Amino acid sequence: MKAAVLQFPGSNCDRDMAVALEKSGFDVTVVWHKDASLPKVDLVAVPGGFSFGDYLRCGAIAAQSPVCQGLVDHVHAGGYALGVCNGFQVLTETRLLPGALMRNAGLKFVCRTVGLTVETTDSAFTSGYTKGQIVDIPVAHHDGNYYCDDETFAALRDQDRIAFTYTENVNGARENIAGVLSENRRVLGMMPHPERAIDANHGGTDGQALFRSMLDQLVSA
Amino acid sequence: MKARVHVMLKNGVLDPQGEAVRHALGALGFAGVEGVRQGKVIELDLADGTTEATVKEMCEKLLANTVIESYTVELS
Repeated sequence: MKAAVLQFPGSNCDRDMAVALEKSGFDVTVVWHKDASLPKVDLVAVPGGFSFGDYLRCGAIAAQSPVCQGLVDHVHAGGYALGVCNGFQVLTETRLLPGALMRNAGLKFVCRTVGLTVETTDSAFTSGYTKGQIVDIPVAHHDGNYYCDDETFAALRDQDRIAFTYTENVNGARENIAGVLSENRRVLGMMPHPERAIDANHGGTDGQALFRSMLDQLVSA
Repeated sequence: MKARVHVMLKNGVLDPQGEAVRHALGALGFAGVEGVRQGKVIELDLADGTTEATVKEMCEKLLANTVIESYTVELS
């Protein structure tokens, strides 16, 4: 299974993402933001960081970069994509996922391990968990306050597209939403960092199941 | 020619920064500040003949995120 990790000026979790994917068995290529075309891959991962210094809005400039046209084409062709933290912001800015990530309600940068509730196991990303399971995953963000209007929220809820919620109010996100799925369930955006929870020496392994279940689903697809 | 674009959070979208400014004004002793909304102003130097429609397209595609923000354009 092949994965591409996008790299923008200011990305800082690109290597962690590549390591997490490689350890789970993916063949990983890192792709620079100026590359207009993506290699043929099964999964595109948009890593965390501060692409383009968070200028204008987090993820806004990255969303206009040449490689993101490739990302949009990949998703429209039915490909899988995972966006973590700044990657989630990029996915909302490209409108591949609904809603927006706003400044944390407490205005503070939040950097700690939080509890997440797995809200659905009906996706390639979450099938390795059990519904309602609580996992410990680190967050590190200033703009993770998920906002969407009532109509969008109802659609997310009714279509079982809320992947993870925080077990507490971390950043003011609507209904404590931490991660959402696209309508075809092949795109996941989440603020917490599963790639930082794959090694017992680094404080936990609750993120492993996400990468492993992706690989299993892609292999069997 | 110049264009000035005002980008504001939509009504109904909580503006935590505006709220923090409102609290700070209260702490400074300014009574009666009932609400503060913080936005941004973007000034564009444009080639003569650029239309308002083009600037609006810039807003829709990049300058504003219309999921949470509204914008107004002033040409001069």
